[in-house]
Amino acid sequence: MNDLLNLSPEEWTAVRLSIRVATVAMLASLPVGIAVAYLLARARFPGKSVVNGIVLLPLILPPVVTGYLLLLSFGRRGPIGAFLYEHFGIVFSFRWTGAALACAVMAFPLLVRSIRLSIEAVDRRLEDAAGTLGANPLWVFTFVTLPLILPGIIAGMILCFAKAMGEFGATITFVSNIPGETQTLPSAIYTLTQIPGGETGALRLTLVSIVISMGALLISELLARRVDERISAQ
Amino acid sequence: MSLAVDVTHRFGSFLLEARFVSDGRLTAFFGRSGSGKTSLINIIAGVVRPDRGRIVLDDTTLVDTDRGVFVAKYRRRVGYVFQEGRLFPHLTVRQNLLFGRWFTPPRERHVTLDQVLDLLDIGQLLDRRPGSLSGGEKQRVAIGRALLTSPRLLLMDEPLASLDDSRKDEILPFIERLRDEARVPIVYVSHSLPEVARLATTVVVFQDGRIMATGSPTDVLGRADVLAPYVLSEAGVLIEATVCGHDRAFGLTALQSRAGLFQAPHLDLPIGTPVRIRVRARDVMIATTRPDGLSALNVLSGVVRALDATADGLVEVGLDCGGVRLAARLTRKSIATLRLEPGREVYAVIKSVALDRDTLGRAPTPIERASADASTTQS
Repeated sequence: MNDLLNLSPEEWTAVRLSIRVATVAMLASLPVGIAVAYLLARARFPGKSVVNGIVLLPLILPPVVTGYLLLLSFGRRGPIGAFLYEHFGIVFSFRWTGAALACAVMAFPLLVRSIRLSIEAVDRRLEDAAGTLGANPLWVFTFVTLPLILPGIIAGMILCFAKAMGEFGATITFVSNIPGETQTLPSAIYTLTQIPGGETGALRLTLVSIVISMGALLISELLARRVDERISAQ
Repeated sequence: MSLAVDVTHRFGSFLLEARFVSDGRLTAFFGRSGSGKTSLINIIAGVVRPDRGRIVLDDTTLVDTDRGVFVAKYRRRVGYVFQEGRLFPHLTVRQNLLFGRWFTPPRERHVTLDQVLDLLDIGQLLDRRPGSLSGGEKQRVAIGRALLTSPRLLLMDEPLASLDDSRKDEILPFIERLRDEARVPIVYVSHSLPEVARLATTVVVFQDGRIMATGSPTDVLGRADVLAPYVLSEAGVLIEATVCGHDRAFGLTALQSRAGLFQAPHLDLPIGTPVRIRVRARDVMIATTRPDGLSALNVLSGVVRALDATADGLVEVGLDCGGVRLAARLTRKSIATLRLEPGREVYAVIKSVALDRDTLGRAPTPIERASADASTTQS
């Protein structure tokens, strides 16, 4: 029993790395996610269905394919990867930042979908009312739209975080499985199941995964309920 | 305040063509649902951009499609009270009230929170959220929120439509105070004849997307063509009067008008308050001699001016009572029996309880006449 609770230093590293990767993936994709969701919910422009398709693509493609596409474009020799390295010194391939990028891309459809649905549910007459009260579109968004879609944003963030915690295929394809750098929880579990005597470690990490996922879910429920109570105090 | 509107706008198959000028303190947009009132008010607020036209408020051009002028809604400083309140559900009453004030340039903040709380009697609601307010409270907060932007013009779109009668009675005096004490120019949308008769200084009548009449309530609301789209039984006249006494014992209030003395059920208004009495033609009886032994308290002497057949086979008798026009709807048999004809001296008899109670309230004073420019524009 004691074996199940004492994580080895390597396992702790994987847990910390996973949390860091998932948090960074969630926070970094949030502003982009809100912007894209707003565009898809409100704007009318040619090629909207194409943009919508591209956003949803990681949901349908095999994760390995997404990871391979990331490697092709964001790798050191890829067009985007080479540009970022030459001009900003940013490297994604075989780094934890690459793992975060892979997780963010994989979780992006879930984030956008959740926020988009809540934007579509906003009563636009409230935004008109704010406009007649002197608020320009940016203030209307900040003080009316954003607070009203907060439950959707929170739900999207948690979905994004959970998806990032569990992402395996795209991550391992794009940034491999380097302990301490790109070996996240799922990769560590996978590795442990491949070596003799690794079952206990795999089980320990599995328990940790469950605890973290459940914790995230509970926190989101709690937050969403509090926001809901504030918004619709009927 | 002067508001000049000349716009054309197409909503699907509905065409709005509106042209009028008003310098009234409370300009009422009157007409049936779907006649274009709300569409026009949305255009004035800047929520809708018209296909073509001009809107000038005092010396500011808000819209001029020929010159490419369109002032965004958040720059117009036009307060808008919506039919359904539209309070922000995620903010407290205090935050709702102060929302617009925040965006008002400090030098133009003429209205203070204390004034609004006092005027609308909502001080005890400040820390509550809109979800827990009653309909009347929500509407008062919505009015306060619009007022706190210190608007140059206040637009009110059927602010009483979603309320029951007792709530209406609760809000109407506040609107009268806005008009007479706060002196905020108001455009008031309504399809309720009593509301318009009670509140308006200028009436703009809408029909099928066009404006069929503009003018003072006493002139416009007595016109048969204005009332024809409504129930004919509501046809009548509006008479200006002042409160001249209260009879506590019998629960009556005496109202002096040029047509004579009226006794109305008790009104909680001080002596000297101007009021408007709406007398429906169907409630007026005609006698050829001064009646005796009759329960009706209001007997006015007058002269028959005209006899007009109405669409439903009755006759509308036009009377002149001391220079005030009065109308009575009678059957042709009554006309024949009494041998009524123009020039005949008669008595008009009206029961006190038949006076339209909903119209009796503090009337604007002095009455301002509508600008002659676009009055009675025929569509």
